[in-house]
Amino acid sequence: MTSGSVTHLLLVSSALFSIGIFGVLTRRNAIAILLAIELILNAAALNFVVFGRLMGSVQAQAFTLFIIALAACEAAVGLAIVLALSRTARTVWTDQMNLLKG
Amino acid sequence: MADASPIFSVVLWTLTLLVIASGVLVVTLSNLFRAALSLGLVLLGVAGLFVLLEAEFLAFVQVLIYVGAILTLVVFAIMLTARIHQSPRPQPRSWAGPALLSTALFVVLATLIRTLAPCLPAPGSEGQAGLMPAPSAVTLPQLGQELVTTLILPFEVIGLVFVAVMVGAIAVAASRAPSASAE
Repeated sequence: MTSGSVTHLLLVSSALFSIGIFGVLTRRNAIAILLAIELILNAAALNFVVFGRLMGSVQAQAFTLFIIALAACEAAVGLAIVLALSRTARTVWTDQMNLLKG
Repeated sequence: MADASPIFSVVLWTLTLLVIASGVLVVTLSNLFRAALSLGLVLLGVAGLFVLLEAEFLAFVQVLIYVGAILTLVVFAIMLTARIHQSPRPQPRSWAGPALLSTALFVVLATLIRTLAPCLPAPGSEGQAGLMPAPSAVTLPQLGQELVTTLILPFEVIGLVFVAVMVGAIAVAASRAPSASAE
């Protein structure tokens, strides 16, 4: 593991993170925003694994497992909310989700 | 890891291109189904990077949970809401501001990484007073030991979170029976 490939992988991860931020900011569909959030979580997981490999740390891999588990939870709850919203509010566009607006 | 070999850098660059290109597709494709499939490509590419980093178990988990479970869930959600996607879609948000912001973010991060890279410990380089022996890859038994000793509390908490999420997701998404909604 040369420091060159470490820098390369960190750059890949930050590029993935920036793409995810772009997606969260531009998308209007709730499911598409969830997809962009998955990109961001993957960038974080990649960073964990890179530094864990660099330091030879076991806990980095363990926390990557936790990230993946929490991403699964987030996807399950998020998609359940999207389904419930599509049933009650008849929309998946985030601008039209104003059920809680006073 | 024989990462001085040309094969290593070829694989690294291939995976990099795959991840970045399909990542861009995920956030730009207007067809949501295709965006979800590109997300699958990104996840597979990141799994490949995990293999390169000698985290084989994580690559396995990534493919199993992300590509196997989360992506299936997303595709189901897209199909279940397909009729609503046909509804008149609002004006797409302007791309200029977010594109500028995320590019600036990337430039800042890249500059930071490039500046701080010399401070990173360089494993395997004996020139550094032998302070940092090349750490060996983490083995699966080590990871399992860590999860049930030091990290036992987060491990149990994650289990609790899973139960809460399953109950919550079913409660939120379950369709009400007609009699229940009449109360």
